[in-house]
This record gives sequence, C-alpha cells and structure tokens, in this order.
Amino acid sequence: MENLTQWTANRKFWHYALLIILSFLILAPFAIGLWTSLLPTADISSGHLFGGSISLDNYWAALTQTPIIRYLVNSVLISLYTMLLQLFFCSMAAYAFVFINFKHRDFYFYLVLSTMMLPFEAEVIPNFQTIKAFGLLNSYTGMVLPFMTSAFGIFMLRQAFKQIPFELKEACDIEGLSHWQFYMKCVLPYSRLSLYTLAAYSFLSAWNQYLWPMLTTFSDNIRPVQVGLRELQSQETFNNWGMIQASAAIIVIPTLIVLYFGQHYFKSGLNEGAVK
Amino acid sequence: MDESKNIIHETRIPTLAENTGLFKKTKMRAQRTNRRYALLFLGPSILLLAVFIFYPMLKTIYLSLFLTNGSGHNTVFAGLGNYAALLSSPGYLASLMSTLIYVVGVWALTLALGLILANAASVKVRASSFFRTIFSSTMGVSISVSAIFWLFIFNPSIGILNQIAAFLHLPLLNWATDPNLAMISVIISTVWMNLGFAFLVLFSAFQSLPLSLYEETAIEGVGPVYRFFHVTIPLISPTLFFVSIITFIEAFKSFGLIDLMTAGGPNNATNLLVYHIYQNAFLNGNYSQASAESVILTIIIALLTFLQFRYLERKVSY
Repeated sequence: MENLTQWTANRKFWHYALLIILSFLILAPFAIGLWTSLLPTADISSGHLFGGSISLDNYWAALTQTPIIRYLVNSVLISLYTMLLQLFFCSMAAYAFVFINFKHRDFYFYLVLSTMMLPFEAEVIPNFQTIKAFGLLNSYTGMVLPFMTSAFGIFMLRQAFKQIPFELKEACDIEGLSHWQFYMKCVLPYSRLSLYTLAAYSFLSAWNQYLWPMLTTFSDNIRPVQVGLRELQSQETFNNWGMIQASAAIIVIPTLIVLYFGQHYFKSGLNEGAVK
Repeated sequence: MDESKNIIHETRIPTLAENTGLFKKTKMRAQRTNRRYALLFLGPSILLLAVFIFYPMLKTIYLSLFLTNGSGHNTVFAGLGNYAALLSSPGYLASLMSTLIYVVGVWALTLALGLILANAASVKVRASSFFRTIFSSTMGVSISVSAIFWLFIFNPSIGILNQIAAFLHLPLLNWATDPNLAMISVIISTVWMNLGFAFLVLFSAFQSLPLSLYEETAIEGVGPVYRFFHVTIPLISPTLFFVSIITFIEAFKSFGLIDLMTAGGPNNATNLLVYHIYQNAFLNGNYSQASAESVILTIIIALLTFLQFRYLERKVSY
C-alpha cells in the first residue's frame, strides 16, 4: 500500500514537472519579448540582458514616437465593422436557408459553401483592381467590404438556427409575425451563443488580416496594426529593438486579455466545427 | 384576387377542380412572397460572394490564359502556355518544393506538439485549468507579434539563441543567411502561433473520450504509451484528420510571417507559393503568370477543403 502511494506521488511529481516544462516552452517567446521590452536598447544590442536597469521607457517611446495608437484604433475599428456586418449578413443568409422556402434553395446553399474552397489569397489581383475601380483603396470601406459575409459564418449559423424548434416558427406564424419580426425577435435572441462565437471568430480573423491591408493601405491613418508593425520595423531597421518589442507587447496584451475572457466562446465554436 | 372574391359569395361547395385552382393560387402567392423574402435575406450575401469571390476566380482563370504586357494589359491568348511555363520554371518548382517542406514540417510539429500538450493537460491534477489557459495562449498571438518575438530570438548578432550558444561555447548559427536555418525558423514561428488552436481542438477530443476506457485499460495493465498509440489515437482519429486539414490549408496560404521574417530569402529558400504570387503580381507586374499560380493554389486548397467537407459530412451522419 505504501508502495502504491509512493508510486502515485512520484507520478504526480513527474506530471507536474512535464506541465511546467511545457508551459515554459510555450511562454518563453512571450517572456523573452516582454523582458527585453523593459531593457534599454543599448543593453539589448550589447547582449547585456540581465542585471541592468529596467524601465517602461520603451513603452513611452513607442506610444509617443510611433503611430502605434493610431494603428490600434484602425485595427479595432476595422475588426468591429467587419464583425458587426458579418453577424448581420451571415445571420440573414442563414435565416433564409432555414426558414424560407424558395426555389433552388439547396443549389444556393452549395454555391455558398463552395466559396470555402476558394482561397482569398489566390484572388487578390482582381479584388485589388475592383477596390481600385471603386476608388476605395486606402479606406476603411475597402478593408471591410470584401469580408462582410463568409461561407463559414453562414454555415455555422445555419446549423445553430436548425436547432430552433419548429413549433416556435408555427406559433409566430399564427401570431402573424413577418419573417423580419421572427428573425429579430426570436431567431437572433435564441441563437445568442452562436452569434457570440461568430463574433469572436470574425473579429479575430479581421484583426489578423495581413495580405489585404498590406496591398491596399498606404497611410498611417488607415493602416491596421499588423501592417503597421511591418512599417515600424522597416523604418527602425532593427536598430531600436527595445521599442519594437514594446510595440509588440502593446499589441499582444489586449488580445491576450480578450482571449482569456472569451475562451469559453472560442471553445464552443471549436466544438461546433470540429469535435465529435 | 377575383377568384377568391367569387368563392366567398358563392354558397355551393366548390368543385375539386376549382378548389385546387385556388390552392395553387395561394401557393403561388406564398411562393412569390417567399421569393421576395429570400432575395431580401440572402441577396446581400450572394451579391458580396459574387463580386469578391466568384468574379475574381473567373477573372483569375481568364487572366491566366493570356500574356500580359508591361502595363498589365492582356495581349495574346496563350492557352495553357502560362501553366507550361510555370511548370518548367526552376524558380516556381523551387517555390513549390519549399512550400511542401514548409507545410509538412509545420503539420508534423503542430500535430506532435499539440498531442503532447493535449495529453499532458487531460490528466486531472490541481491547477490543470491554469495550464490549459497557458497552452491555448498562443491563439491570441497575431502574425506580426509572432514574427517580432521570433526575429529577436533568432537574430544572429543579438538574439537569445546565439547568446546561449556563445555562452555554452557552441558554434553560432546564422539564421538570417543560412537557407535551411531560415526555413526552420519560419516553421518554428508558424508552429508556435498555431499551437494554441491545435491544442484546444485536440484537448476537446481527449475530453470526449469515455473515462471508463482509461480505468479498464489501467486494470488490464496496459501502459500509458501503449494506450496512447493503440487506444487514444485511433479513437480521436477524426479530430486528428480535421486538425491536419486545417493546418495544411493554413500553411499553404502562409504569407505574413514570410513577408515579415525572411521576405522569401535567403536565396529564395522561403519563397512560398503565396509570396511568389505576390512578387510576380505586385512587384514584377506579371499578372498572367501570377494568375496561373493562383489557379494552381486554388486547386490545392479546393482539394484539401473537399476532404474537410467529407469529414464534416461523416461527422454529421453519425
């Protein structure tokens, strides 16, 4: 018996050791980045990483000498617009696929679904020309317009709307509610959780856009943060590492906080899409 | 409208023929309203997809069949000439090869590390939710942040790795100029960024395994390693398949990390497919060849997505 408790205790110890080592590996890039963001650039360049003075000077420099705040505001606005519009248009389309009977419904559904097979990265040339022809280069509208709906969002919400009991639809029909009223008063509130999940996903994917903003933005007052960092990097030409690390930290900390509080929705979204 | 009025005023029971006529009318009217509503609800999405996905796809195919001149205008119909030129161009074949190495490297590492993390986190100990949060934390990291963190780690002169190497009197590695090391550094940064997602999905799959399974195998004296490979892996194979496909698709579409970390270099070692398209189209103005490359990329992604649909279909039919 004593042997057994000894064995379990040992196992527990090794298990914790493994968890801690893995955590270190995952966190190391964060830790290195955050630590160096507190050091003077001279210390970083001379390899003097420990024992020097630490301060928030790099953060102050990043906030005052670079347009990083402007980049962040741009990113937040672009991601918010994309998210709200995607929630609206995807839920409308999903509603049509679940609650409206019309000719060739399945055909349209597969048509929408088929767009998941076509990568946006392969279509940037005509899309660039389209946005240019609309006169929307270097504008919020040009950044949001191509992403106002998504096959993934429509598919996900369609699955969610199918869970709504048909009796509810019948009851609303008897009450004389129109499609629009039923959509606003019943369907959207009923599928709140799925809408939150899509909100989290669309926000995050807009936030992480890189190729499209790189091609279509030319000025700091439109440029989102992902491309903004590229701009800083090329201007500073790797010299001011302390400030670059501080900029990276300024960007990653809010997303980590959002992720921490939103992890429940990410997980439920993953479960809907992925896990049996 | 007239017919319905008639019905109300008539006292005799309508014949079957009249009845079905009325039925048809109302049905048709309902269909017309439905069509209006369908247009209202679905129209905007279909229009957006048509303008920003279907039209560009057709345009890309069209462009890929012509030769373009210096100002980007189509000149001569080339048929499949652009494709033939691509498949015999050493630059493109090298890019295809680099992409395959990158994709397979990213896939293998993401899956292996994801499984290790998911396995470690699924044993119930105190504070396990704390470790779960850490393991999924890289989901909050965007391309530019990941690139900056790793650029510093890999930096040949002041980076952490070479400082450790110098401290231990190991040979210094030049990650910026050595093609193989550049590829490895890009793969590592991508894997680190992907890992949070892969971990979460695999972990959820582990959670859905029946607990009794572990107890039974423990009683039968099956070791944890044997159990992992012969019981757990087969049971979560659908999820493994799903994560693999997603990882493949994302890796084939990689652009941002390449642009930030290596710009395709050194010596084109990390010039992956999307970066090659970007260079051809937006730096060299060679739209027709870039379009042909885009079509090839689309075929690859479409095949992978098709496999993913097959998986989802099977899942739904369970």
